[in-house]
Amino acid sequence: MSRENNLALEAQHLTKIYKRGAEEIVAVDDVSLTVRKGEFVSFIGPSGSGKTTLINILGCLDNTTSGSLKISGETVFSENKCLSESDLTKIRRQVFGYIFQKFYLVPTLTVYENVLLPFAFFKKAEANADPMEILRFLGIDKRTSHRPSELSGGEMQRVAIARALINKPEILLADEPTGNLDSKRSVEIGEILKRLNEKEGLTVLLVTHNPALAGIAHRTISLHDGKIA
Amino acid sequence: MTKKINIYQVAYKNLLRKKTRTGLTILGIGLSAWVLISLLGFNRGYEAALNKDIDNMGFQVLVTAKGCPYEAATLMLKGGTGLRYMKESILADILKHKEVERLTPQLMAAIFDPNKGESGGINAYLGVDPVTFPAMKSYLKFKQGGWFTDPTALEAVVGYEAAELEQREVGDKMLIPEKNIEFKVVGILARSGTADDGTIFMPLKTVQKIFDKEGLITAAGIKVNKDANMTELENKLYDLPDVQVVSMAQVKNTIMSLVSTAKVMVFSIALIAILIAMLGVINTILMSVLERYQEIGIIKSMGAMPWDVFRMIWTETVILCLLGGVIGIGIAFALSKITDILIRRLLPYTPTGSLISIDSQLGFITLGVVLGIGLLSGIYPAWRAARVRPLESIRSEGD
Ligand SMILES: Nc1ncnc2c1ncn2[C@@H]1O[C@H](COP(=O)(O)OP(=O)(O)O)[C@@H](O)[C@H]1O
Ligand SMILES: [Mg+2]
Repeated sequence: MSRENNLALEAQHLTKIYKRGAEEIVAVDDVSLTVRKGEFVSFIGPSGSGKTTLINILGCLDNTTSGSLKISGETVFSENKCLSESDLTKIRRQVFGYIFQKFYLVPTLTVYENVLLPFAFFKKAEANADPMEILRFLGIDKRTSHRPSELSGGEMQRVAIARALINKPEILLADEPTGNLDSKRSVEIGEILKRLNEKEGLTVLLVTHNPALAGIAHRTISLHDGKIA
Repeated sequence: MTKKINIYQVAYKNLLRKKTRTGLTILGIGLSAWVLISLLGFNRGYEAALNKDIDNMGFQVLVTAKGCPYEAATLMLKGGTGLRYMKESILADILKHKEVERLTPQLMAAIFDPNKGESGGINAYLGVDPVTFPAMKSYLKFKQGGWFTDPTALEAVVGYEAAELEQREVGDKMLIPEKNIEFKVVGILARSGTADDGTIFMPLKTVQKIFDKEGLITAAGIKVNKDANMTELENKLYDLPDVQVVSMAQVKNTIMSLVSTAKVMVFSIALIAILIAMLGVINTILMSVLERYQEIGIIKSMGAMPWDVFRMIWTETVILCLLGGVIGIGIAFALSKITDILIRRLLPYTPTGSLISIDSQLGFITLGVVLGIGLLSGIYPAWRAARVRPLESIRSEGD
């Protein structure tokens, strides 16, 4: 029991099959893994190896074809349990923060409004920390009234990270967060993720095909053709 | 800095993203709101104006020589051509009926005046009985002067607009073209907002003499006893030889049926305008949803429920429609005079009063309709947005 409570994620035999006409693509093939709370895990592998598909399932953005998933000991998917979109939403907003290769900031809102946007839909009880603290932590506190179009790529990704953090998630999912950035900015984003993990105890799952970036994690999982290599 | 952001602000700010598109959509809704409120105002104003015209005639039944009923209708309300005559002796026969409270004979004469306006025009003279006519039309007010001094005098009482047009004062002399007969203006009527404004009244006997119509009249107006049976009276009057009986109720029906055709047409235009505006709204919002597919997906990954997204998009359509509605209604109030003129051109007979009566109540009704359009046209785009799955949107870019 106490051991289980220590686990952020527990996946058993996850399989995801896409059907494209008659063809079946096994994007994730019988993957089992566990992630401890406070762990920093990176996923590495060539393009098309199933990294995004896997992390989306772990992050409750997608359903599995088969297998089971527990989050903090609670079953989300199993053979006889598949959640509705609104149930998934409830888990997502309690547990996860997401960042992606693209930043998806709302161009008509200022940096500050973008960061606060999740509160328009949901505000966790424990999330009422000063947003400026996060902005300061990410080094974008001087840019709050700017529009996204006035920022550099690195700054935009920091805004996206701030937005992902505003509701104090337990787990941060980052799918190729440096894919649109040069190597200097990539290193900076990597350092931010590392600091968040060490200082705030945030569980981080990082997908990348950059081995150097993957190296900052506690543990690196290699994927090949949907399988853990 | 404790600024907050809510769904409605996000919706509003999104509309500023494509200002031209938003502006054009609002304009489209504005135009249809304008058409709609003007038509509702017309629907109300026209009948009121027509009723006022008819009440101001002072009599409820008109007996004329046999002719076309439409002609008779216009004759009554406008004065006109195609005149037919009856013998004066018919008056005694009409008076025999107990339903008749008062009776007044009229002789309409029209003559071409080459000096009228730019290319000449028709001058109409209405011969009226100096005793019975003023009594029946007791509501007529004088701006200057009064009725004729003598039943055979060469005198005229001129309607407000007729006097204004020719710049006449009491005491002025006027000439009847062709006949070369001069008469004196003894009275000028105050504006009544009816056909009387454009008429030149002269004593019946005088008109009969000038135009060689001694013993003849064109019409007899009957004021009916309060509790009399109109249909019965009409039937009795038809026993007289070669007459045409026109009751005001009938005139009103005739005109309203002519107008209803125009109304159907005009309401179809309104309906089409509304449909086009609706399609415009759906198109604009749907496009903006599709453009923001990924953004909406991210919003959902932030924890937005389908209903949150639905409300956000719905708010956008409602903002568009309300803005358009307010603008359209504003235009309608500002331009009601011009709309009046446009509508007058479309109709067979237009009463003298204001055709379009719009007020704040009608404004709110129109705003309600426009809001309904907004809510209705927002459903599909909002539903499309609500069911965007975060995954699809993130994936759709392809990596
Ligand atoms: N929605 C989908 N429909 C069909 N096939 C898909 C879909 N998404 C991903 N795939 C396929 O699944 C495999 C894994 O893709 P992905 O998880 O994106 O890999 P990675 O992120 O490692 O590049 C690829 O072969 C890809 O073409
Ligand atoms: Mg990927």
